[in-house]
Amino acid sequence: MWRQILPGLRIKLFMTLALGIGYPLLVTGVSQIAFPYRANGSLIQRADGSVIGSALIGQNFARPEYFQPRPSAAGNDGYDPTSSSGSNYGPTNKKLVDRVKASVDKFRKENPDFTGPIPADLVTASASGLDPHISPASARAQAARVAKARGIPATAVETMIAQAVESPDFGILGEPRVNVLALNLALDRAYPAHR
Amino acid sequence: MTPLGLFQIVLYFALILAAAKPMGAFMANVFEGKRTFLHPALRWLETLTYRVCGVREDAEQRWTEYTASLLSFSVFGFLLTYLLQRAQAMLPWNPQGLGAVSPDLSFNTAVSFVTNTNWQAYSGESTMSYLVQMAALTVQNFASAAAGIAIAIALVRGFARQEQKTIGNFWVDVTRATVYVLLPLSFVAALVFCSQGVVQNLSPYTSAVTVEGAKQAIAQGPVASQEAIKELGTNGGGFFNANSSHPFENPTPFTNLFQMFLIFLIPGGLTYTFGRMVKDTRQGWAIFAAFSVMFLAGVFVLYHFEQSGNPILGNLGIERHATAAQAGGNMEGKEVRFGIANSALFATITTDASCGAVNSMHDSFTPIAGLVPLFNIMTGEVIFGGVGAGLYGILLYCIIAVFIAGLMVGRTPEYLGKKIEQKEVKMAMLAIIATAASILVFAGISLAANFAEKGYWNAPGAAIANLNNNGPHGFAEMLYAYVSATGNNGSAFAGINANTPWFNLTLGLAMLIGRFLFLIPLLAAAGSLAAKKRLPVTAGTFPTHGPLFVGLLVGTVVIVGALTFFPALSLGPVVEHFLMNSGRLWS
Repeated sequence: MWRQILPGLRIKLFMTLALGIGYPLLVTGVSQIAFPYRANGSLIQRADGSVIGSALIGQNFARPEYFQPRPSAAGNDGYDPTSSSGSNYGPTNKKLVDRVKASVDKFRKENPDFTGPIPADLVTASASGLDPHISPASARAQAARVAKARGIPATAVETMIAQAVESPDFGILGEPRVNVLALNLALDRAYPAHR
Repeated sequence: MTPLGLFQIVLYFALILAAAKPMGAFMANVFEGKRTFLHPALRWLETLTYRVCGVREDAEQRWTEYTASLLSFSVFGFLLTYLLQRAQAMLPWNPQGLGAVSPDLSFNTAVSFVTNTNWQAYSGESTMSYLVQMAALTVQNFASAAAGIAIAIALVRGFARQEQKTIGNFWVDVTRATVYVLLPLSFVAALVFCSQGVVQNLSPYTSAVTVEGAKQAIAQGPVASQEAIKELGTNGGGFFNANSSHPFENPTPFTNLFQMFLIFLIPGGLTYTFGRMVKDTRQGWAIFAAFSVMFLAGVFVLYHFEQSGNPILGNLGIERHATAAQAGGNMEGKEVRFGIANSALFATITTDASCGAVNSMHDSFTPIAGLVPLFNIMTGEVIFGGVGAGLYGILLYCIIAVFIAGLMVGRTPEYLGKKIEQKEVKMAMLAIIATAASILVFAGISLAANFAEKGYWNAPGAAIANLNNNGPHGFAEMLYAYVSATGNNGSAFAGINANTPWFNLTLGLAMLIGRFLFLIPLLAAAGSLAAKKRLPVTAGTFPTHGPLFVGLLVGTVVIVGALTFFPALSLGPVVEHFLMNSGRLWS
């Protein structure tokens, strides 16, 4: 019977070297050469080289002149990539309903020009807490506020949103979406006079 | 439900259907020891493994020896995974300086990754060093998947052979599964993921200063290499806490489709492998058909209820209907890029297979939508199922189905020309009863168990104090934990705080029961089947490749699953559904 058991230790050690060190390092090496930008987190940098964030990771925006992301349950203040998480509130949890109600009230107060039903994604927490996107409808719902805060015409903001909308992949996969960080950076570039 | 959403579900199913035959034929060649197109490139690695490990390629094992090898493989896998976690503070590739993992959490995680469960009571980004992620967890992703495939192949040999004492060689099967199937596909998939934005580096976390001037630490790591085998091996343990909803694990709808494809690729293919090895591919397609019926039923139920959304939130002036510019429905715990359709599809796939990766938070699903993942796991994950685990699970149900059919007509049941007798039926029932008992007994105890507050076993006090939701949803949260652990799934109603010694221990035991008290009876059955003579087909043989058998098989799975767990499901999601519709809330 030992003949059947001893290979267990040897194969485990061999696999640890081959699959636990060799394979990940090989993937790291190839991807660092072939896709250095993406393999290192799709980081967006300022002119001085400091990092603003990642094109794939959402971040908090609270000022009225910026488009705001979805509520986030990642970390205490939201959008903390060291503690990615959803709220994990069930549909009959009072905390969920209270939180959504607070988001709805805040949104109505900050966006008095928008009167339609609020897009579902804008007042619900994402799964990762790091969702970089909002739906195109959620961006449009904030357009009037952003335009007013920046002192620019609403049509200019609408145009920027239209340019920022990413269609479903290959036209058929996933949902149309707007990357909040990319849109806000584009706004700052197009209308830099502000601030 | 939107036309585009429905189209994506159909597209996904078409891809899996198209891949089943080529993938299955390839795997049949691999496990029958024939040359494949990968042999010129990889045969050296296979022979090197045999040399290093002292394995003779042509030596065959009886079922007892095969089982002993499996247990040895698992025990050493457990020990090394445990030790690496305990020692991580002293080892390299730990740029965040993370401390040693606690003994109970290390036990739970080691069991979890040995049993192909990949239940995670921790957050990867704040608990595990890069070395542990690679050398402990990524390795076990391969090892537990390869072991699952090996066992399925051994059981198939039991049906395919006659009057033989042996069922193959565990070490050879594991090596071939790894070298020719898991490793090359993972390598390619990892690079595809990288090209889309999944990170792969050993750098410390990046400090960013956001547009509004806040500090943000961006977690990094060797993610893509683990992501690939996580899906392909139906493991499901995320590098990060948020798993496949994290943009660094699953950045685009394309990677999402690719991940879902990888999850069903091997389970779908193995049905064809099975057909080829028993020399009647119709038998494999019958199983594929049974899988498909149950899979599609689950997707559409889940999709419907998630798109209908939560009426309580609808009353707050929120859009519940899908439009061209937003997804509507229940978006709590979902990512915008995936919307409702791709979240529903992923949740169904990951619980049909014993994967457990998630791209949306199941805990926040509307009640009936949350019932679907629960039910899928309760069936024993025999809807495509885990790599290997799905096939050996459904073969167990085939044994029970022909047994029931035999009782109805008063004939000794047969399957694939093998008489199904007392021993096989006993072993099949043992596997089913052990797992059902593990779920119901452990969940029942945890719902009632009281502990000293701030004590060792469960610092919050009573075990139900660890729940994130109250009322029937809290009940479902507890039930899901033990269903997921016993079913070796690993997904969760993740609000539960399961990182206390009580939960780490009991969930660890549930995982061991679910894996080994399921496997060992099956291997015993494989041994006894291989020794039997094959009976010739006569006019009285019940054909096991037609729609009648598919219906009988689906019925057996649903009835055995539903009857065992119906009371528990009624107390959880079913009652919550009605109470949600009447506007009832729990604080």
